[in-house]
Amino acid sequence: MYKIVRKKVLNPTVTLMDIEAPLIAKKAEPGQFIIFRAKEDSERVPLTIADFDRDKGTVTIIFQIVGGATMELNSLNEGDCLHDFVGPLGKPSETDGLKKVAVVGGGVGCAIAYPIAKKLHNLGCEVHSIVGFRNKDLVILEDEFKNVSDKLCMMTDDGSYGTKGLVTNALEELIKEGNQYDEVIAIGPVIMMKFVCMLTKKYDIKTIVSMNPIMIDGTGMCGGCRLTVGGETKFACVDGPDFDGHLVDFDEAMHRGTMYRDFEAHARESSCNLLNKEVK
Amino acid sequence: MAINKNMDPKKCPMPVQDPMIRRNNFEEVALGYTYEMAVNEAKRCLNCKNKPCRSACPVQIDIPAFIERVADEDMEGAYKIISQSSSLPAVCGRVCPQEKQCESKCVRGIKGESVGIGRLERFVADWHREHCKEAPEMPVQNGHKVAIIGAGPSGLTAAGDLAKLGYKVTVYEALHLAGGVLVYGIPEFRLPKIIVQKEIDNLKAIGVDVETNMVIGKVLTIDELFEMGNEAVYIGSGAGLPRFMNIPGESLKGVYSANEYLTRINLMKAYLPDSKTPIKHSKKVAVVGGGNVAMDAARSAKRMGADEVYIVYRRGMEELPARKEEVEHAEEEGIIFKTLTNPVEVLGNEAGEVCGMKCVEMELGEPDASGRRRPVTKENSEFILNVDTMIMAIGTSPNPLIRSTTPGLETNTKGCIVTDGDNGLTTREGVYAGGDAVTGAATVILAMGAGKAAAKAIDEYIKNKS
Repeated sequence: MYKIVRKKVLNPTVTLMDIEAPLIAKKAEPGQFIIFRAKEDSERVPLTIADFDRDKGTVTIIFQIVGGATMELNSLNEGDCLHDFVGPLGKPSETDGLKKVAVVGGGVGCAIAYPIAKKLHNLGCEVHSIVGFRNKDLVILEDEFKNVSDKLCMMTDDGSYGTKGLVTNALEELIKEGNQYDEVIAIGPVIMMKFVCMLTKKYDIKTIVSMNPIMIDGTGMCGGCRLTVGGETKFACVDGPDFDGHLVDFDEAMHRGTMYRDFEAHARESSCNLLNKEVK
Repeated sequence: MAINKNMDPKKCPMPVQDPMIRRNNFEEVALGYTYEMAVNEAKRCLNCKNKPCRSACPVQIDIPAFIERVADEDMEGAYKIISQSSSLPAVCGRVCPQEKQCESKCVRGIKGESVGIGRLERFVADWHREHCKEAPEMPVQNGHKVAIIGAGPSGLTAAGDLAKLGYKVTVYEALHLAGGVLVYGIPEFRLPKIIVQKEIDNLKAIGVDVETNMVIGKVLTIDELFEMGNEAVYIGSGAGLPRFMNIPGESLKGVYSANEYLTRINLMKAYLPDSKTPIKHSKKVAVVGGGNVAMDAARSAKRMGADEVYIVYRRGMEELPARKEEVEHAEEEGIIFKTLTNPVEVLGNEAGEVCGMKCVEMELGEPDASGRRRPVTKENSEFILNVDTMIMAIGTSPNPLIRSTTPGLETNTKGCIVTDGDNGLTTREGVYAGGDAVTGAATVILAMGAGKAAAKAIDEYIKNKS
């Protein structure tokens, strides 16, 4: 079984868990993901790996409570076990030969951007991190990013913390200041990744994005996670989840991401009701 | 010894749920023979000396012998004969294309209908499950270890045969549940999952370990499986990425691969009223393709509440690759067959949802390399089929995870693992493969046949090595 050895609330909607999964911890690399099922009848949900400790045999996941499945996961506590936990899936992020990189994270996407920033930092690469949140209350992993970044730009939409503005404002400023990046790595909401890519295309800087589409098995069987990349159909689970951001059809990805929006809203409500009942 | 032969030229019909009722539920369509029906049908077998049926069975079940036991009302004896050759008789009795295999060679089929071999196999397996409560005997261990990748029909067959020979077998399954296509693909109404579970429990009872949530090629490589003390590895990882047609509109919301649609319904139980699995509740559905998977998807869509379900297939009714029985059942349930029709574009509305499918009519031209007449587009035949969901059931290409992480494992241009002849040996010593991973999408029984052949080859390999 996959025991929760640590649970930490990062902000009102985002939770961190360290899960006991020694075989996965041994193989995991930044950029890869796991699929979990909280309980026996739960949905399968993919989450990109936020960190791992090969010695302790744990894998860290950070998730936003958005639907029934993540709500169920959040209802578990330290010492409880997840019913299923499978990985590491997908291809690791490529880090070879990178000397100077801008890592851009948006919201809970920062959880995925962090391990890559950390790996690049450990490899001796100069890392400029730009992290964006809606407001001060939602900020996560600030200290972690500080520890692995040569420069950290904290952005909030409402200016309640760091600098007011979007991650693209900060990135453009850094580029204009004369920073020459080998690569930009952007991880966050699809709309954010789209705008980062529009910006970096203008400056002709290679940009990698991490896609997190709807999927079931995560091993190349269901085809639900398909994306159009450079005019070709690609599967995020086996061809990705990292892709060349200048080739990804983001508008299509955004459309496909809303496939079950109504169902999700309904599931969230009924999960709330169920959990409330349990509390009573 | 059965004396009275039953000379009825027709086989005893299979009792089925009424089509108007069953198209609204996921309970099994075919209800199975009664005891009397089975004994009577068994008496139709002439017990021919040269057993043409047996040689047409991919796992070589001694068919006349088991049928003779049924005629003699020795059901457990019949089961023992079947289980010498088949690890999953309750499954095969339900999903094998018997009319293309054993039953196609039956002598009774020359002047009438063949013996209902598949129905009898199913009866015997079900009888055993319902009446025999003894746990299977644990084989004597021989001290050798073998790893199997994939708990589908091929891997489970290889596991069963090797375990019976005394090997310590571990089956690694990527999903959270063992069974492969038997649990994610084939729907409940054709193969109740409790039957699959029982077959897997039987394997566990003879010492087979099944480890779920293990994606070989990712969490462990084949090289590591050898380091862990396994002396041979069998790859039965199955079909992989679903094929699409590469026509405009395939990324619209409401376009599914059959794998995804069926996995949501079967493995993830979206057909149950309180399921947490999201699925589109479609009104008008087009399933593209003409195989068993297409029939499963169409009949599932009907049961999920769709008003109109079409099978869209570019060749004619005669050319449908699906089992005849599945086609008949689909027709009875009101599935509309649009044959000689090919989609050219999926149409979407402003919300990015499917709102129609542009098709062309086809006609059959000269035979192609496969011997089947090639469909060609009729000029000016374009029309729009009014649908809100499109399910692609046009095949799969093998899973890339293992070939990309196993040095020395050769694959062909299609990505299928290359094996040497019938025993499943790959280009790596000690590594065998079979089923869809080798052949591309095929049937459960062919995958089982490959698992069986490989188990035999693995046994010989390990014995000669030590």
